[in-house]
Amino acid sequence: MKYLKYLIVILFIFNFNLSNAQDKSLHSKITKNLRCLICQGQSVYDSDSEFADSIRIFVEKKISEGESEKQIYGYLKDKYGEWILYEPQFSKKTYFLWLLPILMFVLGGAIILKIFYLKKN
Amino acid sequence: MRTKIFPIFLIIIFFIIFLIFYKGLENSNLYIPKINIEKDIPSFNAEIFDSDNRINSDDIFKNDKFYLINIWASWCVPCKDEHSFLMSLSNQKNIEIIGLNYKDNNQKAKKFLKELNSPYKIILSDKDGTIAIELGAYGVPETFLIYNKKIIKKIVGPLNGNLLGEIKKIIQ
Repeated sequence: MKYLKYLIVILFIFNFNLSNAQDKSLHSKITKNLRCLICQGQSVYDSDSEFADSIRIFVEKKISEGESEKQIYGYLKDKYGEWILYEPQFSKKTYFLWLLPILMFVLGGAIILKIFYLKKN
Repeated sequence: MRTKIFPIFLIIIFFIIFLIFYKGLENSNLYIPKINIEKDIPSFNAEIFDSDNRINSDDIFKNDKFYLINIWASWCVPCKDEHSFLMSLSNQKNIEIIGLNYKDNNQKAKKFLKELNSPYKIILSDKDGTIAIELGAYGVPETFLIYNKKIIKKIVGPLNGNLLGEIKKIIQ
């Protein structure tokens, strides 16, 4: 019974650490995908500017309120536009950007197949 | 015949891709914030400057009235430059100026207002900068003109004579 108590306490602490770590990794994942709008070429995660600092606190608050990654991106996109996201979402404006690598892959495959086909014949 | 179509098709595809990227080179890679978008003011809860009380944004902004939210801080040098313009605007009857004290030290902010006078009807405190983010601000100084609970004009940077004229024209 005594050992069971210890086990529960250990499990509780371990679980708490795990959820905290998950929150932290989600926080860094989100802030790494946000562009610092007032510094050139830096993410919110990397920048020391006041703006980036405020965004980091803002993201932390939203995560603690239970908002999802997508909701946070949507919220910031609404405030600052698509430019704040390093990874643009799939939309009418960005479909070419997303489909181009697939198109290139298919095209490359077709070229290789064609060469093999020609060599065989 | 089939072997001829394939290289032509490839050339056309690469030409289209080349054209798209070439066009893209002409686009500016500098970010310019959009300043003329009509957006609803977000609902937020803020601490009143130099007090323990809190106020909700819904209790500040009423319909059919102009408001100017000015984000300022005592450590911000351009804020001192624009202060005289805010003071002249505070004399206007049909507009209320709301100050948002951004990441500041209370004592220094009080000293700033004592030296330059306060143009603000209410001053809110934004210790961690998240209210500024709710408003869609980039930093200090920044000013938002609000009418019917909508942001109708956004000024990034300090106010000047021209911008003051524009604001006066809108509110008349």
